Parts: sequence; structure tokens; C-alpha cells
Amino acid sequence: MATSYTGPIPKPTPESKPYWDAAAQGKLRLQKCNDCGQFYFYPRPLCVHCLSRNVEWQDCSGRGTLHTFVINQRAPRGFPADGPYIIGIVQLDEGPRLMTNIVGIEPDPKKLRCDMPVEVVFEQITPEISLPKFKPRVTA
Amino acid sequence: MSVDYRKQRGTVAIVGAAESDELGKLPHKSALALHMEATHNALADAGLKKSDIDAVFTSGRNMANELPEYLGIRPRFLGGTQVGGCSFILHVEHAMAAINAGLCEVALITHGESGASRIAMPSMRWGDDSTANQYELTYGHAGPPTGYGMVATRHMHEYGTTKEQMAEVAVATRQWAALNPKAMMREPITIADVLGSRLVAWPFNLLDCCLVTDGGGAIIVTSAERARSLPKKPVYVLGTGECSSHTMVSQMPNYNRWDAAVASGERAFKMSGVKHSEIHVAEFYDAFTIVPILAAEALGFCKPGEGGPFMAGQRTAPGGAFPMNTNGGGLSYTHTGMYGIFILIELVRQLRGECGPRQVANATTGICHGTGGTWSAAATLIASTEV
Repeated sequence: MATSYTGPIPKPTPESKPYWDAAAQGKLRLQKCNDCGQFYFYPRPLCVHCLSRNVEWQDCSGRGTLHTFVINQRAPRGFPADGPYIIGIVQLDEGPRLMTNIVGIEPDPKKLRCDMPVEVVFEQITPEISLPKFKPRVTA
Repeated sequence: MSVDYRKQRGTVAIVGAAESDELGKLPHKSALALHMEATHNALADAGLKKSDIDAVFTSGRNMANELPEYLGIRPRFLGGTQVGGCSFILHVEHAMAAINAGLCEVALITHGESGASRIAMPSMRWGDDSTANQYELTYGHAGPPTGYGMVATRHMHEYGTTKEQMAEVAVATRQWAALNPKAMMREPITIADVLGSRLVAWPFNLLDCCLVTDGGGAIIVTSAERARSLPKKPVYVLGTGECSSHTMVSQMPNYNRWDAAVASGERAFKMSGVKHSEIHVAEFYDAFTIVPILAAEALGFCKPGEGGPFMAGQRTAPGGAFPMNTNGGGLSYTHTGMYGIFILIELVRQLRGECGPRQVANATTGICHGTGGTWSAAATLIASTEV
């Protein structure tokens, strides 16, 4: 199936394929080191903290906080955005941080704040690739 | 056996410094031609000939081969470290180490970039399977404003840094540019002008962002001994430091401070033995107004979180207590893409006393500091006309 998606499409490498395969199934899956006990992102064959080979994939909670963000006014060529959009750095509850888009909220600096709770949602862009994005999370 | 790096202090000097013939929008010149003009002009400034050069340092894909061929130089020491805009400041440290090891004597450090016109520039495209494309570009990462903005937002959140304080940097820098005939933007601006300029990527307005220009620059580094035989006042390298902490901004260790700069600054100050109060002039890479704010904190000119207030009240403007970015900076003078060479050139000119109306009075010791990538690499250099 040809895709109509015009933005950059990740092409998985051997070490990142499990991450993207999980994302396509709606799961945020990260690597955890069994020796030093830490999660890490992005995918690598050895632990980025201690270089142990004793690492495994684990499903994450998909929850975190918005650590910081910018609101881009104009998208790079091909990137599908109507008007301003939010690029955030999310601090996952498991420890690592990643870049993402914050969706489900107006791109207004007065409505966003650092450390607000967020949770993952997936946006399918091709049959093989879904992008983890994050939306505000309502806390009890 | 361990060698004390502090022994490098004062062992080499910058003896030549110059830009290409022109700066600005130069669609009639290729990136390599800009390198060549700058090399010619820096050699003339140093009173040296092309045949004196035995080491070439430059930055860019395969440039350590391509550039010597274009210049007709067969160097015996090659430096191709490419970490973005501050690469040339790292090159000084590398040249110093090579000269002190006896591997070369006269090092050319050169830059040429057709940043605006893009004449004979390498492709900037990342592969679809690169880490950048997999984890950042997919989210509409739009280059430096995205990456630099992440720190600005977090700094504002944690420390109460304001857009007005960031704008102070742009206004002060423009005041310096008004005194530099080579600067592209010389009309005075106000804080209101900065805040009212087009929003690029919140929290940055257009006047928070550096220019995009064409140009070249080069410096010549040699041993302190050889420097003393040359016509111009040697600018001795007293301290250097470098560090890289990440390449993708999403992997930056902290967003409220600049860890790489803390590390580079610490080594540069230790090597130099210079106190902060002994620094007369500062040239801090200003890709965005937030960058010198973080530099001032990381290098210890103010406490963490106090960079915003430090810049307030036009403290860095002509006549201010902390003269900074005296050429008009990347914000108003020129910014080709990898601006680091130009802050070295300005530091040399200030310390030699060649700056005319923008000369900082009695400036004999100064600091320059640069960023590469998106806060990824940092390099610091402290220099003086006195050893």
C-alpha cells in the first residue's frame, strides 16, 4: 500500500526494529539493563549506561511529564502540520526522555507548562510505522 | 606517566586572523572560495607565506582532504574535527597539542560556508535510518530553533528567565554591530522590537535568532617562540577546554544548564590560571539569545539560573560592565552556519587593540566560547597578549 504521508518516515535499523514493531502494535517498548537496572532510549544493542549486553525489551507505562517544549510556527518541507505545532521532550516515568509531538492541546504557551503529566498515543503513518506522540494526562 | 595539561599554557599563539574579502549574501562565491580568501587574508595578517603552513584544521565532510587540495597545501598534520559551529575553537586546542608534540609548527584553521546562497555546499540531508530521522525529524524538528528552544523553555520555567532578558542580548549585540562596518545588521533595535518581531518557534522571535549568511574566516596558530618573530602582537593561548555531551537535543543530559560548557570552561580556566575578574572582553557564540545566558552561567560569570538578570540593563553593550560579542555577534554581524571562527577573529582583534570605535579599552585578556550542534559540543578559549 502506498502511503500518502508526506513527512519524514523512520527506517528502522536492526537495533531499532523491536521499538518500531512494538509502536506499530500500540506499545511503547524500551530497553532495560538487567545489570545496572536502568531503562534507556534510544535503542542500542548494549546498555548505554554500563555497556552490558544483558539487556531486554520491556513495555513501558506510556506515562510521563512534559519536560520542555517549543512551538514551531512553520513546519519543515513535507511535514504535515496545519499551523503551529508542539515539539516536546517527554520525561518518561521509567527514566529516559524522548522527543515527540504533544497533541490534544492547543499550541499555546499559556496552556502548556513544563512538568505537566502526559501519556502516549500512537499515530499510524504507514502500515509499518506508528509514531509515539503524547497528550495531556488527567491525574486524579 | 602523566602530563599536566596546565603546562600548555602560553605555549602557542594566534598570529593571524581574518575574514574572507566579503561577508553577507555572496552568490558569486563558493564555500571553498571563501576558505581560500580567508586563508590568504589571515596569512597576510600574520606576515607568513602559504609554504609556512604545515598543518590544516577545518570542519566539514571530508574537508581535511578537500580543502588542502583546493588551497594547494600538503599538510603533515590534519585536523577535521566537525562538531558544528565551535569546531574551530577545538581546533586551536588540537593545534596546540600537535605543535607542542613537535608534529607541526604553523597551523591554519579555516572556515568557509555558503550558508545563505548554498554554493557548492554538501547536502544537509540525513538518511531515513539515521538516529536523527528516526527519533527527531519525524516530529517536525525544524533545526536549530527547535533544539535551542528546548533549553530556553526549561530555563524560563525553572529560573523565571524572561523573554525581555533574552531580548537584552539582541539589543546590546546590535549596539556593537552599529560600531562594526562589516556587520550586516546595524540599525539600532529595542526590546520591544525583539518581542514584536515575527514568532519563529516559541519562545524565539526572529530577532532572538542569528543571521544566515555567506562568509569565511581563518586564523594561524604557531609556537609562542615563532610568534615573537612575527610582525603583529602575539595573542597567546592561555587556556582551552572542550566537551561533547550529545548530538540529538532529546539526549541532552540537562535542559536547565549546559553541561558540556561547564566542562570546557573548567579546564580552560584551570589551564589559564586567569580569574574571572581578569577577563576584559567576552565573545560568546550567540546562535540564539539564550545561548550567551547559559554560557555566562556555565563558565562561572554568574550563578546557575542568574544568566537572565546578568544580561539585563544592557550590561553587555558598549560601555557596559561586561563587554560581550563586540563584533555584533551571530545575531547582527554574520553567521554563516559554523560561526566559531569569527569569535576567534574578534578576540584576536580586541586583544591586539585593532577594533577602532568598538575597541574595549585596555583589553589584554579575553575569553571566547562556542556551541556546536544543539548545545552538543562546547569549546572555551582564554587568550591574552601577556603570558
